[in-house]
Amino acid sequence: MELAEGKLELRERQRLEGHMDRVWSLAWNPVTGVGGVPAMLASCSGDKTVRIWQQGPSGSFDCTAVLEDTHTRTVRSCAWSPSGKLLATASFDATTAIWEQIGSDFECVAMLEGHENEVKSVSWNASGSLIATCGRDKSVWIWEMQSDNEFECVSVLQGHTQDVKMVQWHPFIDVLVSVSYDNSIKVWAEDGGDDWHCAQSLGEASSGHSSTVWALSFNEHGDRMVTCSDDLTLKIWDTSENPSQASGDGYGPWRHVCTLSGYHDRTIFSVNWSSEGLIASGAGDDAIRLFAENKDNPLREVDGPSYSMVLKKKAAHVMDVNSVQWNPKDPRVLASASDDGLVKIWELTGLSQ
Amino acid sequence: PKIARMVTGLINANPVVYERKERRLRSSPAVVDEDIKDPEHPYSLEELKVVTEDSIEVDDNQSYVRVTFTPTVEHCSMATVIGLCLRVKLMRSLPSRYKVDIRVAPGTHATEAAVNKQLNDKERVAAALENPRLLEMVDECLAATYV
Repeated sequence: MELAEGKLELRERQRLEGHMDRVWSLAWNPVTGVGGVPAMLASCSGDKTVRIWQQGPSGSFDCTAVLEDTHTRTVRSCAWSPSGKLLATASFDATTAIWEQIGSDFECVAMLEGHENEVKSVSWNASGSLIATCGRDKSVWIWEMQSDNEFECVSVLQGHTQDVKMVQWHPFIDVLVSVSYDNSIKVWAEDGGDDWHCAQSLGEASSGHSSTVWALSFNEHGDRMVTCSDDLTLKIWDTSENPSQASGDGYGPWRHVCTLSGYHDRTIFSVNWSSEGLIASGAGDDAIRLFAENKDNPLREVDGPSYSMVLKKKAAHVMDVNSVQWNPKDPRVLASASDDGLVKIWELTGLSQ
Repeated sequence: PKIARMVTGLINANPVVYERKERRLRSSPAVVDEDIKDPEHPYSLEELKVVTEDSIEVDDNQSYVRVTFTPTVEHCSMATVIGLCLRVKLMRSLPSRYKVDIRVAPGTHATEAAVNKQLNDKERVAAALENPRLLEMVDECLAATYV
């Protein structure tokens, strides 16, 4: 990927109105937007609802379903199963709901209960057999899907000392990452049997963050991870080694690569890595920023990889940007969600092949 | 959980009460209302010198407000509630473009960093405000400011 310098532009294609409160999170349906299947996006909000947006023949998105009357408090996070058939939604009401698309309707087919209070994030593993949830009760839960939409909790992971903001599975292997208000990043792996354990904890002593870690994202190959924080930095991690094989003698397979500081003025709430290698961040200063690796840096072999900002979209929203998500099937399309109640669809132009 | 604790006894039984100041005319649209009531006393935050005009920093051009408040005692467990009242009041009165930071004055509270972190975590603030008991408590403290 070459960056056509100065020509990179993020153009607002559409604003999706409908939510009555701040929009917290977004998820692109991974099997849509390709082979004639229209692109589909889910958004969730403080208004206790989830909205499904589908692209029509003209290219614009319309709300085709509102998932309501199930969650009784804020819906904080949503995630599609890899098959695109199920949507999981995590709520401050302490539950995670599983929705199945039936025709053009969505039906709640399961409720995952067990967290003491607010659930803050939900994620599916690569095969769709496992779901992870996390929340205010400092724990991370792993659920296994049985047949017929039955879910069984197979592990409750303790280790974080404060509420857990986000969980995300590695794109290929069954390794889970959680980030927390306790400033740490924890890596969880299965140890032979059915037991899960913390394979590595990345804290300030491992060049980690000095305040709340809000989100993480893997790159397309799964060999790098980016995290974002209230400490106003993004951090890049080398995740090329499988931590399941860690011997546990203190050796840390995942390593800090570099820190991107000085770019953000307020808390960074969201970060997402596109399949073309661009990192988008959404922050409390209403801006969306894009970062790319400096591939032609002559000191790369000596100093290791470095990243720099390639675009700053000021006032992308009129309030905090809570979520940025690249369309996995069309890496020139970005969706963003904000406290202003809007979801926006952006198109990236100026990238040469 | 701490933020939701109900008052079970007075944290500061004998607070020093100061005279209300003559208000000067404000030049900015940002108003931190010193009439917010203390959670456990019939006095306003101004009368307890929890907030003063000098503790409020406003940059209208940058749409930025910072309030630095001083809890009445160093171990005041009401600090998060007071901070929450200040945030809610500003959220409701200011145009949405404003960014608001609420902080405890340096050196005035035993768990200053923890209180500041909690008050400025919008997710925890949002969750706290969905708690009906806590919201009721905040509304009671703010009641006098809407007259």
